Amino acid sequence: MSVIELQWWQLGLAALMVLALAATTVATRLQIARPLLIAATRTVIQLALIGLVLEALFAVGRLGWVALMALVMLLVAAREVMARQKYRLTGGWAFGIGSVSMFVSAFSVTVLTLVVIIGPEPWYLPQYAIPLLGMLLGNTMTGVALGLDRLTESVWRQRAVIENRLMLGQRASEAVGDIRREAMRSGLMPIINAMAAAGIVSLPGMMTGQILAGTAPALAVKYQILIMFAIAAGTGFGTVFAVLAGSRRLLDDRQRLRLDRLSKAP
Amino acid sequence: MADLEPHDGEVWLGEQAQSLTPANDWRRQVMMVPAESQWWADTVSEHLADECSAAVSALGLPSEAMSWQVSRLSSGEKQRLALIRAVALAPSALLLDEPTANLDSEATAAVECWLLNWLKTHPAPVLWVTHDPAQIDRLAGRHLLIEGRRLVDAQ
Repeated sequence: MSVIELQWWQLGLAALMVLALAATTVATRLQIARPLLIAATRTVIQLALIGLVLEALFAVGRLGWVALMALVMLLVAAREVMARQKYRLTGGWAFGIGSVSMFVSAFSVTVLTLVVIIGPEPWYLPQYAIPLLGMLLGNTMTGVALGLDRLTESVWRQRAVIENRLMLGQRASEAVGDIRREAMRSGLMPIINAMAAAGIVSLPGMMTGQILAGTAPALAVKYQILIMFAIAAGTGFGTVFAVLAGSRRLLDDRQRLRLDRLSKAP
Repeated sequence: MADLEPHDGEVWLGEQAQSLTPANDWRRQVMMVPAESQWWADTVSEHLADECSAAVSALGLPSEAMSWQVSRLSSGEKQRLALIRAVALAPSALLLDEPTANLDSEATAAVECWLLNWLKTHPAPVLWVTHDPAQIDRLAGRHLLIEGRRLVDAQ
């Protein structure tokens, strides 16, 4: 079975549904039409561009170009992690911790999955590498952003408690232990929920895509399980790294709380 | 002195330099009790060891205070329990920031008496910040005043 060809005018029909939604929100004064239309336009432009980039990348298939693409994806994701935080570590640490934690987790899990588990020839074959890295980065980004945001905000709010615990002679890791655990939880909750609901509440996106593209459901399921596990590992390790590095930065070598290393986002 | 703010200079506890002591060990010995204490668990007993119950009654609190919810404590109760919590860790020096600010005269007397008693068996320097001249007369071995930005000996 081959995929049914989709024409641009057919996408136009789908766009009409979004326009109808926008018109409804205008009529009911719910005031979400502008951001909705801007986001929809961005989707069209961004995906059309990435379509061109991917066509070119697949045609060339060189390791250097794949790596360049991966680097751009990483930097954009790190910027996104930083933008989502209300209280940010100053001096480039917010960007640094975000990018390093995503690099060590998402990249190593992607490479591991490609080389050891899937094994395409060559291992960096962009048809496998880029979508896999994209899914991992996207999810790790969410986990890292949620974890760091929870960490910095809780530390900011609970500074008096942390300092009182330090005054009683507790170690830094003890004094922020509860906050670290909460930050880990909020970073990992989305993927835990996704794994728990997979197949019952929702058919995961990649599986749906493969089935639409004609893959046998049994094989699509195997790929989906592989991806879910890879995402869980990537998100988990990334969030662990980010939360630990972030809390280390917030308490200095004399185990003092250093809120001067945080700034409130405008 | 409790090394919670970055600072220059050195603080000594006897022969022991602050910068050469692990920060948590230092704070366990040079114990600061802030004016407003903080409580992170739900009940009092999660913050205090069982052997604190004698001190609880010495400070005029009922013995069931150990099982109270932290959220229902008054500021005076919190203040006394915070003192017990700190002293129970057997510090070598005490830094007290207005430890009796929210207490009536009866409870203040109980706190003073209990602390002096404890100091008899655990001799330790106490730095006591207060606005009450009568309390200074009753307790102080030495009286320092903050004048502008300077610390002067009040004789």
